[in-house]
Amino acid sequence: MLIIVVIALLMAMALALLRAIRGPTVYDRILAANVFSTKTILMITTFGFFVGRPELYIDIAIMYGLIGFIGTVAVLKVSEFGNLGQSGPQSGGQ
Amino acid sequence: MIAEIINVVLLGLLVITAVAAIRLHDLFAVVMVFGIYSFLAATVFVVLDAVDVAFTEAAVGAGISTILMLATISLVGRWERRPAHRPFLPILVVVVTGGALVYGTLDMPNFGEQSTPVHEHIAPYYLEQSKSDIGIPNVVTSVLASYRGYDTLGELTVIFTAGIGVLGILGIRRRREEKNSEG
Repeated sequence: MLIIVVIALLMAMALALLRAIRGPTVYDRILAANVFSTKTILMITTFGFFVGRPELYIDIAIMYGLIGFIGTVAVLKVSEFGNLGQSGPQSGGQ
Repeated sequence: MIAEIINVVLLGLLVITAVAAIRLHDLFAVVMVFGIYSFLAATVFVVLDAVDVAFTEAAVGAGISTILMLATISLVGRWERRPAHRPFLPILVVVVTGGALVYGTLDMPNFGEQSTPVHEHIAPYYLEQSKSDIGIPNVVTSVLASYRGYDTLGELTVIFTAGIGVLGILGIRRRREEKNSEG
């Protein structure tokens, strides 16, 4: 049963990678990277159950979720505002 | 068996990701592909049971370096310029170096073997004595913070210096812009 889940996750990873490479717009690629981080979390959790130590691997998966969230927020901020250092859109009077 | 299949598929995806990062010319997309690359590498490390390395790879590769590269893109612009030179000599150097590294792995002990120098040299002493020497239940912490304390201090110095350098590079431009807008 777990083997089917692992194979499905690997195929989903491959499809997300394909979309990140082909994706015509920026948002396709952002979404693909986000999907990929989610798939990584699921993969690690599934592998934890596969190895038989789920409690250790779920901790790692939670930290991956936090990192993926921070990365996605930073990417969206740059694509929206064109800058990481400011707290809002760039003012027009530059 | 299933771990080998996962490893092979993940390493294949790693190769595809690396080639895509070289071929793409939109640097924003390259940063996305790099993020995917580090998540893949971290998954490979988890499957190989190197959990602490996977922690580092996820925090540094997918977290910090994505943000740093995005900050760089906001300074240098989104599109890659056409390279001025032909890449044949660098490719030759990379292929020769990679071949030498693969040749070097032929002499390495098998994965998970007990009788390697790493497991016989000083690790048993750490595992047996760290409780009475240091008094911390976590062996990794006592190795990093006490047995190799000076080593860790040196690493922290390097990271601190690198952080100051990055902050300097990113901060100079903003200050100049503020001065321009005032004057």
